[in-house]
Amino acid sequence: MPRYEIHVTYKKGIFDPPGATAERALQNLGYGEVNSVKIGKYVQLDVAEGTDEARVREMCDKLLANPVIEDYRVELVEEA
Amino acid sequence: MRFGVVRFPGSNCEQDVIHAVRHLGLEADYIWHGDTDLGGFDAIVLPGGFSYGDYIRCGAVARFSPVMAEVVRFAEAGGPVMGICNGFQILTEAHLLPGALLRNVGLKFICHSQLLRVEKSVCQWLDLPEGTVVDIPVNHNEGNYICDPETLARLQDNGQIVVRYCEVDGSVKADSAPNGALDNIAGICNERGNVFGLMPHPERVVDPMCSGTDGVAFFTSIVERLASV
Repeated sequence: MPRYEIHVTYKKGIFDPPGATAERALQNLGYGEVNSVKIGKYVQLDVAEGTDEARVREMCDKLLANPVIEDYRVELVEEA
Repeated sequence: MRFGVVRFPGSNCEQDVIHAVRHLGLEADYIWHGDTDLGGFDAIVLPGGFSYGDYIRCGAVARFSPVMAEVVRFAEAGGPVMGICNGFQILTEAHLLPGALLRNVGLKFICHSQLLRVEKSVCQWLDLPEGTVVDIPVNHNEGNYICDPETLARLQDNGQIVVRYCEVDGSVKADSAPNGALDNIAGICNERGNVFGLMPHPERVVDPMCSGTDGVAFFTSIVERLASV
């Protein structure tokens, strides 16, 4: 069964409040080397054989990501 | 004049809207999210709450509720639609309004009364003079409005910014927004003015027994407008 992994992150330039908070928290904990933290979402999608990436990207555009604010990356991690 | 209030799984302000509208002597009733017709209502309100537990993104699932196809058709035909709080988030997800609502800056759920400045806009839902300051409660975690610079310019040029977060004297400062919203935007409408979305809750300040009446105009303006057409 093909498995796709999807990472959804904010588009460049969109302020990410949870990321910014984690960034400050890490720096406060003494991790001064931290320059930037971005927090996104991970989706694991098991689909029927023959489901291609175009179809998965359609799912992302429609529901899993909001193209107004988010980018996503789709990766096929297990072949059929 | 009948208001239809859509009830999604996880809505929690629909009774407040019904109470507010009926308190004003107008008719209101519920619309179930699974319905596929709007029952002949004259105006539609998408209430606040946490539809579908806010999963994926606020409003992302509700926008595919069966009734939403009808709400989109109604709005595109010029029918008045107002989205309050989660309703506003649903309207952006449904692309009836531009932009999106992110987590509040500071990650704090905010719940307090909030001053808003009424802007000069084409909004059919609010007929108050420009510069009027109203006190309307906010109650949300994702009210941080954002859109790209071109969209913001369009909103400004077309008079689509309806209310902004403001100070006591009505001035709008860089940090007037309690949630980080771009340009202090609390509510916007579409180009035609019939679709209106806002984060604050006007339905909570309609009955004087509940802390004020500044929300009344958010329901009566559209009634007067429809009556005069």
